[in-house]
Amino acid sequence: MSSEWPLWEVFIRGQHGLNHRHVGSLHAPDAEMAINNARDVYTRRNEGVSIWVVKSSEITASAPSEKGPLFDPSNSKVYRHPTFFDIPDEVGHM
Amino acid sequence: MYAQMVKTDAARVRSLDEMDPVERAFQERIDAGQKIEPKEWMPEGYRKTLVRQISQHAHSEIVGQLPEGNWITRAPTLERKAILLAKVQDEAGHGLYLYCAAETLGISRDEMYAQLHSGKAKYSSIFNYPTLTWADIGAIGWLVDGAAIMNQVPLQRCSYGPYARAMVRICKEESFHQRQGYDVLMKMVKGTPAQKAMVQDALNRWWWPSLMMFGPSDDASVHSAQSMAWKIKQNSNDELRQKFVDQTVPQAKYLGLTVPDPDLKWNEEKGGYDFGEPDWEEFFNVIAGNGPCNAERLNARKKAWDDGAWFRDGLTAHAEKVSDRRTAAKIAAE
Repeated sequence: MSSEWPLWEVFIRGQHGLNHRHVGSLHAPDAEMAINNARDVYTRRNEGVSIWVVKSSEITASAPSEKGPLFDPSNSKVYRHPTFFDIPDEVGHM
Repeated sequence: MYAQMVKTDAARVRSLDEMDPVERAFQERIDAGQKIEPKEWMPEGYRKTLVRQISQHAHSEIVGQLPEGNWITRAPTLERKAILLAKVQDEAGHGLYLYCAAETLGISRDEMYAQLHSGKAKYSSIFNYPTLTWADIGAIGWLVDGAAIMNQVPLQRCSYGPYARAMVRICKEESFHQRQGYDVLMKMVKGTPAQKAMVQDALNRWWWPSLMMFGPSDDASVHSAQSMAWKIKQNSNDELRQKFVDQTVPQAKYLGLTVPDPDLKWNEEKGGYDFGEPDWEEFFNVIAGNGPCNAERLNARKKAWDDGAWFRDGLTAHAEKVSDRRTAAKIAAE
């Protein structure tokens, strides 16, 4: 039995000057083939102008169970949002 | 459908009160319409059901290339050939999106392939019928992809994030498949009487197998009830079949074709068609492996996989060699 090709995560930059965005994953023996395969699998209809691939095993992800400790601290800081501050109408647009 | 009769391991659907707190929290998230993502806690039954359904769906896309591949070299014009190639390439892509979605649930693609090749995993019954004429290619796009769209559109709202997102991509592309099929048939029915007869013959052979794609009535099925509670499934098989018939019959009329069902009749009261019952004995026979092309499809699939082994191994060996050479050059430079 042959060994399985590693899994790669694929990121594509769309036509509109946006960030590269995760679109899915695929198997390939190396980075070059991963790019070729990503072209065929994820950009058959002009979905992108640039492709990044990264080995899935190289990605470090936050654990879903740590969602609380990780994100809760920012929930109490509502003053980070501009709407926290009341500016009188007379001041005009700010 | 592309996934037919998926089992859930459930003996019955349990109420929230009967669940332990972790499972109840999970079910409440689903009830609230939240998506479940990879690596989050999920009941083992939910995970297994998704692996079964997504892998069956993926296998269907991959095996589904074979009946159409039959006509790539025989397409009537260069343009039709290019279009059919693009469609078959899409099917390969759909298979890959789906295998990747299933892989987020802790099964590898090679394991799924092994299950397909050993006959343990199923694929849709529809792909075990032969493609005898060019009209069959039109009929497949129109009817088979049409039926697939019926099922896949609601799956975009499935509770499992990676599956739902794969479905969004797939649905965009399926529309091209259905239209190209109908376009093939529109052209043919304007042709010679022999060509028109060929289209009618294709409809006669593909109509009932297409209705069978939705699977037998599952109103009493505990597996369907459980899948619906988990929002893996959104509509009953009968609901989707009814929608498909209502949508397709007028399209057949436009082509000047007769739907091969003597019981087909507009029912004003329900605002839909009444129609006959597919031959479920035939369906179960095909599912059990005794359809007209089951052996041929599986053998073609296994042959492609086995014959490609040297190439996959070669690419792996090349990748290792290049990687070793880079490491050696780096050490030498230090």
